[in-house]
Amino acid sequence: MLGRKLADRLFTGFCIASAALALIPLCSMLYTIIAKGVSVISVDFLTQLPAPAGEGGGFGNAIQGSFIVVGIASAIGIPLGVAAGMYLAEFPNTKLSRAVSFTADVLTGVPSIITGIFAYALIVVNFGGFSALAGGVALATMMIPFIVRTTEEAMKLVPWELREASLALGAPRWRTTLQVVLSTARFGIITGTLLTVARIAGETAPLLFTAFSNRFWFEGLMQPVATLPVMIYTYAISPFDEWHAQAWGGALVLVLMILTLNILVRLAAGRRW
Amino acid sequence: MESKIEVVELNAGFGSTHVLKNITLSIPRNKVTAIIGPSGCGKSTFVRCLNRIHELVPGAWVRGRVMLDGKNIYDSDADPVEIRRRVGMVFQKPNPFPAMSIFDNVAYGPRIHRMKNIQEVVEDSLRKAALWDEVRHRLKDSPVSLSGGQQQRLCIARALAVKPEVILFDEPCSALDPVSTAKIEELILELKESYTIVIVTHNMQQAARVADYTAFFLMGELIEFGETAQIFENPRDKRTEDYITGRFG
Repeated sequence: MLGRKLADRLFTGFCIASAALALIPLCSMLYTIIAKGVSVISVDFLTQLPAPAGEGGGFGNAIQGSFIVVGIASAIGIPLGVAAGMYLAEFPNTKLSRAVSFTADVLTGVPSIITGIFAYALIVVNFGGFSALAGGVALATMMIPFIVRTTEEAMKLVPWELREASLALGAPRWRTTLQVVLSTARFGIITGTLLTVARIAGETAPLLFTAFSNRFWFEGLMQPVATLPVMIYTYAISPFDEWHAQAWGGALVLVLMILTLNILVRLAAGRRW
Repeated sequence: MESKIEVVELNAGFGSTHVLKNITLSIPRNKVTAIIGPSGCGKSTFVRCLNRIHELVPGAWVRGRVMLDGKNIYDSDADPVEIRRRVGMVFQKPNPFPAMSIFDNVAYGPRIHRMKNIQEVVEDSLRKAALWDEVRHRLKDSPVSLSGGQQQRLCIARALAVKPEVILFDEPCSALDPVSTAKIEELILELKESYTIVIVTHNMQQAARVADYTAFFLMGELIEFGETAQIFENPRDKRTEDYITGRFG
């Protein structure tokens, strides 16, 4: 009797300790980023162009560039991913859907640097150099498999009875999918999509030789563009103390952006009927 | 007795499972026809063949004829979408669309079929389904907030809104309490004035209460079909009698 209770307590204690241990790196990382980054953040830092070491300057163009590249990636990746996910959910037993499903699984595991090389070969080599578009394509390639899966899962959770109800009213299949299944699954799809956007917003490797970087404001889709992750990387490996401090500032901005997206996801998920 | 649907040598199943065997049956116009029989006897499959919903399940097959007003709905030139509009269905479990408002649930079918005066059609359908007074002030609410019985009446309103000629009820009360069941049964009796109704039921009292005609199915075969009173009081087949008196099933 006593032994059983003791074992129960020990196991509970072990679980609590493990959970706490898993939280330590996260908290310590957040603490370091905030402690080192917060003093750098200012209106100038958020709105100015970078300057040579010793002359201040900011990450304004990188923040702008991150929004643009992630925007391009979303514009390509979300419609493609959702459409493919819809196909997998509604026609699960065709040859094509099995192939798409397998491909999505493989793509999920491709290292991000390889995705970068793919976009490099596809866009950079063929369209005259590093560009915002190439960066967007690289990130979209990373997004698609996650969005395909999340859409497929969300739509498969919609009970078959709802599809039958719609078809029994004389609705064609495509209206049933769009108006009944997709709208019923929309919270799941939105949640998964936002999480995916948050995940790719911090990617560095695929951007290194696609979007590359730039010391100026956005100059067009076919020009290189600065992004927060690449800028942080560049500044962090530089020899200047001031740049190191600015890299922490950039890291804090990036973390806050991703945190905001995650909070939005929480709010969206909380609204689930 | 004028028939609305003539089923002729209907066979149906899934893959190698033969569920319905040579069913021939006339469903009379503007009457309630009940389909009774033990679980797994093919009742549901039978009604699902009447509006071509059965064939949507992977592996399902159908052979034979189902004549709706004299025209075979399985003819190669028959349009399943049009047939499903003319032959509506109410399912076992209430299945309103959870992501749409009460109003949009009813308006969904009329919008798809580009009907005019959607507002009126919705109100009229909800009135016919005896739900209007309960929901008139909350048409924008989610149907999830309704009780099970209300949800089922909403599904009936949704089916009525596309102006069908036949309504199939597949065990519509099996998920409902007795009060809601009584309301649905009352509704079915009102609806038969304007519609031809087929109701699948597990509940023999229900068949006796609402149906003009009753068909008894057993292991995929039609054992007996006739006026409800005759089936219950004076069954011709021993197996019908055994089932009705509760000796099996």
